[in-house]
Amino acid sequence: MTVTYEELVWFAKTFGLFYFIAMSAIVLLYVYWPSNRREFDRAAASILEKDDRPCP
Amino acid sequence: MIEQLTKNERQLAVVILLAITICGMAFAGAGQGDPVGVHGFLIMAAGIAGIFWVISGYFSPEPPADRSDSYYDDPSRAGILFAMAWAVAGMFVGVWIALLLAYPDFTFDAAWASFGRLRPVHTSGVIFGFGGNALIATSFYVMQRTSRARLPGQLGPLFVLYGYNLFCVLAATGYLMGVTQSKEYAEPEWYADLWLTIVWVTYLIVYLLTLARRKEPHIYVANWYYLAFVVVVAMLHIINNLAVPVSFGSAKSYSLFSGVQDAMTQWWYGHNAVAFFLTAGFLGMMYYYLPKRAGRPLFSYRMSIISFWGITFLYMWAGSHHLHYTALPQWVQTLGMTFSVMLIVPSWAAAANALLTLNGAWHKVRTDATLRFMMMAAVFYGLTTFEGSFLAIRSVNALSHYTDWTVGHVHAGALGWVALITFGSIYASVPWLWKRPAMYSARLVEVHFWLAIAGTVIYVLAMWNSGIIQGLMWRTYNANGTLAYSFIDSLVEMHPYYVARAFGGLLFLIGALVGCYNIWMTIRTAPLPAEAALEPVGDFPEPAAARQAAE
Repeated sequence: MTVTYEELVWFAKTFGLFYFIAMSAIVLLYVYWPSNRREFDRAAASILEKDDRPCP
Repeated sequence: MIEQLTKNERQLAVVILLAITICGMAFAGAGQGDPVGVHGFLIMAAGIAGIFWVISGYFSPEPPADRSDSYYDDPSRAGILFAMAWAVAGMFVGVWIALLLAYPDFTFDAAWASFGRLRPVHTSGVIFGFGGNALIATSFYVMQRTSRARLPGQLGPLFVLYGYNLFCVLAATGYLMGVTQSKEYAEPEWYADLWLTIVWVTYLIVYLLTLARRKEPHIYVANWYYLAFVVVVAMLHIINNLAVPVSFGSAKSYSLFSGVQDAMTQWWYGHNAVAFFLTAGFLGMMYYYLPKRAGRPLFSYRMSIISFWGITFLYMWAGSHHLHYTALPQWVQTLGMTFSVMLIVPSWAAAANALLTLNGAWHKVRTDATLRFMMMAAVFYGLTTFEGSFLAIRSVNALSHYTDWTVGHVHAGALGWVALITFGSIYASVPWLWKRPAMYSARLVEVHFWLAIAGTVIYVLAMWNSGIIQGLMWRTYNANGTLAYSFIDSLVEMHPYYVARAFGGLLFLIGALVGCYNIWMTIRTAPLPAEAALEPVGDFPEPAAARQAAE
């Protein structure tokens, strides 16, 4: 099977768009999902704790 | 350092070093009369020196069995020292080649000292030597702290650090002998590339194993950036360097790609090297050290995730803006331009996030030059990404391409963003790593800060001026419709700016030397009782904050 230049361009110009949109949607859903808020707040604060040795 | 290795690791280290020595011997034999032969001897010497080093500590007692309740910081400490050494070497060559452009006699009629050979020594020295070592050192530091877990073993991280530096030495010495595959930022030839692949895959494994041992449920965002840096650089490096060597005993190889495909692959690599080596990795640094030093959590953790995916996704497609007005299909050029413009969104989100994190800590920025290094890095990051998006627009590129404007843009990023965030992170981690109350002299950090800022501003302003003048002179037509200026006319106009550039670079280099002295003195003398004399006064950081940070 040989892929012509036109077919490749068609694929890049259609699939790429939906890939980009879907990816953005997934990221935004993950970021703004209400129950993830606590995890993010905890993570942001976690580096400020005393961290001079690993957890046992 | 060898005392930290277990008995098994010491044995394995000797085996690995023997294998390296034998490889070097093979290259030395097969490559007689070729630069690869010289590199064979160099690899052999590195292997033998390593074996002696391991043997010298071979019979020292094993590390305690309960070491898993402490972090393994030897590679981070060594990495910071390597980074500073490469900074001085790379920036010294940078000042030299800047002088070469203003005063061509500085080649001293020697082939190895010609601009074409010294320039990659500068670029690789600062990007890979300075930046790469700083990234490796800080990533080991950050991944352990944010995962609350020790590195998986002692040998792997050491192999990554020393193996990487062997690669850097092979690269720099190769350029001086004329070894290059003529791909910007990917100049080293096939044997050095193969070696880097081994080292880099080990790096990835070490990182993933540490994350797998993490005690924190959530992987902190700095790790996402560091990991993107490791994974994508592996991918870029392998694909762009696909090549067939002429023979085992020859340094020369031929790329798998040719023509416009080669150009596209190279700039897909080249721009993503900027994105994932010089941006993602250093954003990882910023997302840990800046909030830590400021004592405040990130302004918006959500925004940091959105900018992460924006940066990783969009950068992938931006490379073709390096090939405007070439044989590359027009739509691919437009695609690269569009993605470059879109990149302003996640880039500014990251820069704004960093600056807004400082709300409530601006009094520390005033007194603490280390935090100010990081703050200015975020400012330059914002400026440079705006400029980058702007320069990627085709009609702007028509003026800027092939001129010094590009050089100015790169250095606004490399000096203003990459080097400032690195120096800030190094000044923050040195007292933490060597368990000292603070840096030897806060005043010298201050001196370094102002030298770095002055150097960057002089450099960038000089290149903006010379670049725009060049661009305009090259497109000025006279009444007859022919070019008004010859190339040499524009070159003569550049002379004052080239002198200014060399001066700006020199200031930056002196700053790095001051930093080296300060770090050295911190390691050497800080634990002495003279500590009391270092009580912060005036523009020194607050004593309480400094001590807290040191804990």
